[in-house]
Amino acid sequence: MHVAAISVDSVEINHGHAQKMAFTYPLLSDSDASVIRRYDVLHRGAGPKNADIARPAEFYVDGSGTVQWVNLTDNIAVRARPEQALSAIGAAKGGRRD
Amino acid sequence: MGLARGFGKIDMKRKWNWPIWIGFIIVLGGLFTYEFFAQFPFTRDFPWVNLFLFGIGVTLLLVGLFRAFGRPQVYRGKVFGSLFATISLFLFAFFAYEIFYVLRQVPLSAQAPRVGEKAPEFSLPDQNGKLVALADLLSPNGAVLIFYRGHW
Repeated sequence: MHVAAISVDSVEINHGHAQKMAFTYPLLSDSDASVIRRYDVLHRGAGPKNADIARPAEFYVDGSGTVQWVNLTDNIAVRARPEQALSAIGAAKGGRRD
Repeated sequence: MGLARGFGKIDMKRKWNWPIWIGFIIVLGGLFTYEFFAQFPFTRDFPWVNLFLFGIGVTLLLVGLFRAFGRPQVYRGKVFGSLFATISLFLFAFFAYEIFYVLRQVPLSAQAPRVGEKAPEFSLPDQNGKLVALADLLSPNGAVLIFYRGHW
């Protein structure tokens, strides 16, 4: 099973974080939030300098491209960082990965 | 000044009333350390450390105010104590508003793809600049897409 994390962060920022945290999954840069909008997970003005960013959300999409699981967190104070969402998803699926 | 002999100095220097100053500094600490404690899961989900600091700071301010108003001949602080206490109440109100209301304003995301629907296509650059499409991620066992706020 693949994992990809998506935010408005730039490729440069993602590169730095991937190195620092030794991520092995792709951090995708959606700098104009077009994909974020397509998935309706936009949070207007919630970023630095009132930038539009994503609200925390996870989707599991199966091999045929069909959504099988959606998680929309209801409190932004619980900042969904990719590594935490992964452990939650892993626990929910009984630890199956790849 | 200078009453009949036999009395010592009446007009002693009044004490600075440290609980007012320390209490106010701790209140400021409670507010300004929010970003710091928000980095750790244990203190992020509910900012109990910051609320605790507010509690201690306000308690000290109240101790100082009781001393200043109760024994004004010994303790300073009626004016600056009242000022700091008022400011602290406003800071706490602002903090509570942010934490308990503003942060809970999450967008509805009513149009987000639901279970059973097709996931919208995309093609985005990864951290090495390489374009990754949804189709690239789907085989063999599908993919988890994690949308996050960003590391700012």
